[in-house]
Formats: sequence, C-alpha cells, structure tokens
Amino acid sequence: MEHLINIFVKAIFVENMIFAYFLGMCSYLAVSKTVQTSVGLGVAVVFVLGITVPVNYLIDNYLLKAGALSWLGEDFANVDLSFLSFIMFIAVIASIVQLVEMIIEKFSPTLYTSLGIFLPLIAVNCAILGGSLFMQERDYENIAEATVFGLGSGIGWFLAIVAIAAIREKIRYSNVPKPLRGLGITFIITGLMGIAFMSFMGIKL
Amino acid sequence: MSTAKAGREPFFSAKTKKLLLGPLNKENPITVQILGICSALAITVKLEPAVVMSISVIAVTAMSNLIISMLRNTIPPRIRIIVQLVVIAGLVILVDQVLKAYMYDVSKQLSVFVGLIITNCIIMGRLEAFAMANKPVDSFIDGIGNGLGYGLILIIVAFFRELLGSGTLYGYKVIPEGLYEMGYTDNGLMILPPAALIVVGIIIWVQRSKNPDLQEDN
Repeated sequence: MEHLINIFVKAIFVENMIFAYFLGMCSYLAVSKTVQTSVGLGVAVVFVLGITVPVNYLIDNYLLKAGALSWLGEDFANVDLSFLSFIMFIAVIASIVQLVEMIIEKFSPTLYTSLGIFLPLIAVNCAILGGSLFMQERDYENIAEATVFGLGSGIGWFLAIVAIAAIREKIRYSNVPKPLRGLGITFIITGLMGIAFMSFMGIKL
Repeated sequence: MSTAKAGREPFFSAKTKKLLLGPLNKENPITVQILGICSALAITVKLEPAVVMSISVIAVTAMSNLIISMLRNTIPPRIRIIVQLVVIAGLVILVDQVLKAYMYDVSKQLSVFVGLIITNCIIMGRLEAFAMANKPVDSFIDGIGNGLGYGLILIIVAFFRELLGSGTLYGYKVIPEGLYEMGYTDNGLMILPPAALIVVGIIIWVQRSKNPDLQEDN
C-alpha cells in the first residue's frame, strides 16, 4: 500500500507531466486562459489517463512484450511484438476517448456538455500517450501500480493547468512588456513554477 | 483548374521559397503557431539529441505530408484523423527502428520522446492545415519547412543550454580550463527542465520585439 502511495505522490509532484517532462504543453498553453475551461480539460485528462494507462498495461503485458504471448501456447513464447506498441497505444487511446465520450453522453449529459470539445481533443494530447509510454518504459509490476501512476500523472497535469490559468487571469492586470505578452510570459511563468516544483524532488514516503 | 500551367512552375519559385523559409521566422511552428512544444523541450539539454530529434521530425513531417497529400482525395472526411494517425504512427515506428539500429545511445537518451512524435501537434496541424488541401510536392516542401522551423528553435535552445549548463558543445569542451580556474562555474539550472521554458520565453521575446505584428494584446 505504501508503495502505491509513493508512486502516486511521485507522479503528481516529482515527475509532474508538465513541469518535469513538458507533456501536453500544446493544450496547456492553448486552453489555460480561464480557470473554468482549464478545470474541464483537467478533469477529462485525469479521467482518460486513469483508464488508458491500465488498459495499455494489459495490452503491453499480454500481447506485445517479448514472451507476452506465451499464454497462447509453446509456439508463441518467442514472439516479440513490441515494435507495434506505438500504433497499438494510439489506437487504444483514440478508441477509448471515443468510448468515454459516448458513455458520458449517455449517463451524464451535464458533464458531457461541460467537457464539450475537450474530450475529442484529448486523443492527440501528448500527456496521454506519454503516460502509456512511461508506463511501458518503467516496467510497473502489476495493474494496480499502472492505474495509480495513470491517475497520479493526470492529477498532476490538472493541478498544473489550473494553477497557470489562475495566474494568467491575474496577470491581465499587470504591465507586461509588449513583446512578452501572451505566450512569452506564460512560458517564463511555467519555468518559474517548474523551479518551485523541483523542491519536491527526493520526496519519498 | 489551370493545372497545365502550374505544372510548369520553376522549382524554386517565390511560392516554394515561402513554403520552405516562412516557418523559420514569421510562421515558426513553435514560437508563433504554438505547435509541437510537447516533445520539443525535454530533449534540449545537449545538442546531439536535439539534432537527431530535429532530423527525425523533419523526416516524419515531410513524408506524412507527402503521403496524406497523395491520399487526400480518397480519404473520407469522417475518418481522416484515424488515417492520419496510422500514417504518422507507421512513419514514427520506422524512425524509431532506424535510430535503435544505428544510434542506440541517442535513442536511449530520447526514450519515450521518439514515440511522442506521433502526438506532436506540428505533424497533425500541418496535415490538417496544409496537406489535406494542397498538391503533394508543395506539401512535401511545407513539411520540410516546418520541420526545419521546429529544428531551428530546438537547436538554439540546446546550444544555450549545453554551453551554459555543461560548458560543452556537441560533447566537446569549449569553455577554456583557465576560466574555470578563475572561478567560473557551469550554471546547474540550465540542465534542469525549467530552463528550457525560460530560454524559449526569451526567444519569443526577441522574435516579437523584432516583429511587432506578432505581438498579442494580453
């Protein structure tokens, strides 16, 4: 249990998707103009990461990895399909986003309208594919670890986008040098926030 | 359509030149179109991975633009995103396998970021904005141009980070020993991820103060 909490905290703070790996920057910069929309996108990212990482974990371990197909019989023990992982992961992500969209539309129309256009956009968000690729690279031992890692990185991304949106709402009242307005100052603030987040480095539970 | 005339266009016409060189400055994918930042910043600690990454991205943008542009009249609009993703993912797998075979060390350093070329917004963005509506040759050149624009920023960032952060360029020591003896030290902050953001912020600052028409209101 302690081990899982450790992975969770590490994924949120120490290995934050935005501040340590710059993943999902495109939507982070484009959608962070107001707090309200960024909360919507953040929730959607947590949701999709929490589902796709464990699903891709299963696919990686029971279909793609070297020797993963041995449950089919002796003949398949040497098959290594790991070169297919990019295409499998992106296909899984695209279809799960589609599926999540349909499920939410059916069971919670209010949530569906508030997430709006953000759901389909998530399929091409680097943070989602990045989550699956990190999961593969770090070789998590079981599906619980993979799920916790997925949720943790989603929550880290959520925190980051809500924080920058709040700062951008305030900065509208400040006198920023003209060429820096908009994109430039957002980059520099993100850098400073990244430095602040680095103080979490080395935290272990 | 005046295709017969367009076919005779000289290869290096003004239009081609604009397609190729525009993205280097006023239409730069990173600093102006805000595309492809995701995978751009994490691999700029050293020049070598940045150069390899730029070449990979140029190859993928150019080839995917070419392929999608050739297919553009046969792709049903409803499933175009899936078709685009499959083409891109196929090309990225090729790049990944080539890197693993010939440049194993660099491919280890790039780790997941080669795979992340798939979701690099530059590629999807150019496919949607250009290749779906233009002829194969133009799209190919547009792909190369945008890849170059991306590579240019990557290499500038990597140049400053490697020079100030570890005192080397492309792995060779360039800051003389004497300077270290006089008390100069490498700036450790430059190696850390946040420095990349600040360097890009400064590049945007310089570029926008030279091109006032790019400035935003707030």
